[in-house]
Amino acid sequence: MAHAHDSSSERPAILDKVRPAELPRPKLILNDRGFHWITDKVCGIVEEPTPLWWKVLFGVALFIASFTGLGLFYLVSTGTGTWGLRSPVGWGWAIVNFVFWVGIGHAGTLISAILCLLRQKWRTSINRAAEAMTIFAVMCAGIFPLFHVGRVWFGWWLLPLPNQNGIWPQFRSPLEWDVFAVSTYFTVSTLFWYMGMVPDLGVIRDRAKTWWRKAFYSVLALGWRSGNRQWSNFEMAYLLLAGLSTPLVLSVHTIVSFDFAVSNVPGWHTTIFPPYFVAGAIFSGFAMVLTLMLPLRAIYRLHDVINQYHIDNMCKIILATGTMVGYAYATEFFIAAYSGNVYEKFAFINRAFGQYSWAYWIMVSCNVITPQLFWFKKVRENHSLVWIICIFVNVGMWFERFVITCTSLANDYLPSSWGYYSPTIVDIFTFFGTFGFFSVLFLLFIRFLPLLPMAEIKMVAPQADPHAH
Amino acid sequence: MNERNERIFGVACTFRKPADVFHAAEKVRDAGWTRWDVHTPFPIHGMDQAMGLPRSKVPRLTLLGGVTGFITGCLLTWYMNSYDYPLIVGGKPYWSAIYPFPVLYECTILFAAFGTFFGQFILNRLPHHHHPLFELPNFARVSDDTFMVVLEAQDPKFHVDDSRNFLQSLGGQEITVIRD
Repeated sequence: MAHAHDSSSERPAILDKVRPAELPRPKLILNDRGFHWITDKVCGIVEEPTPLWWKVLFGVALFIASFTGLGLFYLVSTGTGTWGLRSPVGWGWAIVNFVFWVGIGHAGTLISAILCLLRQKWRTSINRAAEAMTIFAVMCAGIFPLFHVGRVWFGWWLLPLPNQNGIWPQFRSPLEWDVFAVSTYFTVSTLFWYMGMVPDLGVIRDRAKTWWRKAFYSVLALGWRSGNRQWSNFEMAYLLLAGLSTPLVLSVHTIVSFDFAVSNVPGWHTTIFPPYFVAGAIFSGFAMVLTLMLPLRAIYRLHDVINQYHIDNMCKIILATGTMVGYAYATEFFIAAYSGNVYEKFAFINRAFGQYSWAYWIMVSCNVITPQLFWFKKVRENHSLVWIICIFVNVGMWFERFVITCTSLANDYLPSSWGYYSPTIVDIFTFFGTFGFFSVLFLLFIRFLPLLPMAEIKMVAPQADPHAH
Repeated sequence: MNERNERIFGVACTFRKPADVFHAAEKVRDAGWTRWDVHTPFPIHGMDQAMGLPRSKVPRLTLLGGVTGFITGCLLTWYMNSYDYPLIVGGKPYWSAIYPFPVLYECTILFAAFGTFFGQFILNRLPHHHHPLFELPNFARVSDDTFMVVLEAQDPKFHVDDSRNFLQSLGGQEITVIRD
């Protein structure tokens, strides 16, 4: 912050003589939109009468969400046998879906925290929605381990509380680390999201016409007055939360990967898992951000604030992380061959050519091949194609978790205990419904909370610079 | 402070551009005011220096939270797995800082985040729903695209007419007296 103020006095004299050309920077806000336009645009989304498409989608989302309710009701009332889990595959879709949803959340934190620390100004347009996605995705993720414990009414055993025999949780277990990692992640993401939203809630409060609207947003905005004495603490807290979320987000998927890596199962017991899982999480998360933001941008005509530059950047991150994931797949094979461990070698040959080879090749084609299309500018500019590729990435990343979980468990050390896992209709219902649950929450977010961070977008507008001429 | 000032919260004026309010803030700072603020729709870069504000104290609360979290994590895992119900796992020590490290790490981050989040709201005296500024008709525009300087009556330099003239000399528009 300080550098801008002193720049004139410290400017070397030579610069006035040679007059270097300004570095061309891509515009973050097109058509020279002003502060008031940004306020109107974002508040307009919340203030307009509920559009028909929203009502229809909300109804559909509720209907789909009911599938999870149905699946869970049947599971709890009948027993976990209704899921396709049996020896040797005790971890099936439940853990796959858990890792899938937690991974999706990671892009939100990457955008809000890591890109903030890296001073990537383009993040401002998408960070609010991406953070909302994080929170809702973690909520979807939480359902699976909770019900996977079997007797869900003993879910509190996960917490650091003594059970009826006075026994406490065992802190050497990666599953217990997961409880701490995921609950911390959910809490910190929610705090960060809400704190960032307070000034924008103040804007909606100030524009509110009806008393209930005023009351609702007044309570949420906590009486924010946007004084610089408040902004000063706010900015510091925002930076610190970004700094705290960065090691947090990296630790969450690292610990999720420990669930696998700490065991002795071939194909799981590898040191590559933490970075490989984190890269995969960011990869799938950015795909989900684009899956959500491209339709929203079209519906709400947000082309001036979410422009080609933003989409290009997100596509490039998908390309980079997708390539990292592909590299990790190759490394796993190399290490398996190089290790001389017969079980490890078998695990990988079995992955590619065994009974689950169909899933393996879906994974490779979706995760390694499709994102390579983002090398081409023409592809990045074709938004329908970008959206379709993102769907492929989402599918591919789900299959990655499926491949890791099921191939290793179904064919481990003893051929006599090999098996083949397939999900039941209850598994499918429960997972399918989470997309509805996620959509219900996301639609409510669009309707009632500021979709884009207004203050942050105004901050990166060229006219916000007090030294502009 | 005279009796007339007691019912007055302060004097406010508005600016249209970030550069204008920035230079006005520098002048108010140089005139030696202490009880005043600049209200802006977004944080303006360099405004802290322009106002002469000290560095925010939020980091102290973050550190306090982080240290508390780490100690809490240590005590939690030590008490549960080593003191109250010692668990024998592979003949290893009942407690070391290594095996529950992910738990200590997450507790540190969680409590540091609490320190930051609540610290920010405590230092900003929020929630604070009833404030004289909210009675100001043009205050609603401040969160949109208007910039406002407010000189408070609590400041020893404050005098209604002098303050109004001062704001006028800074180029402020819509100079208003805010009643308490």
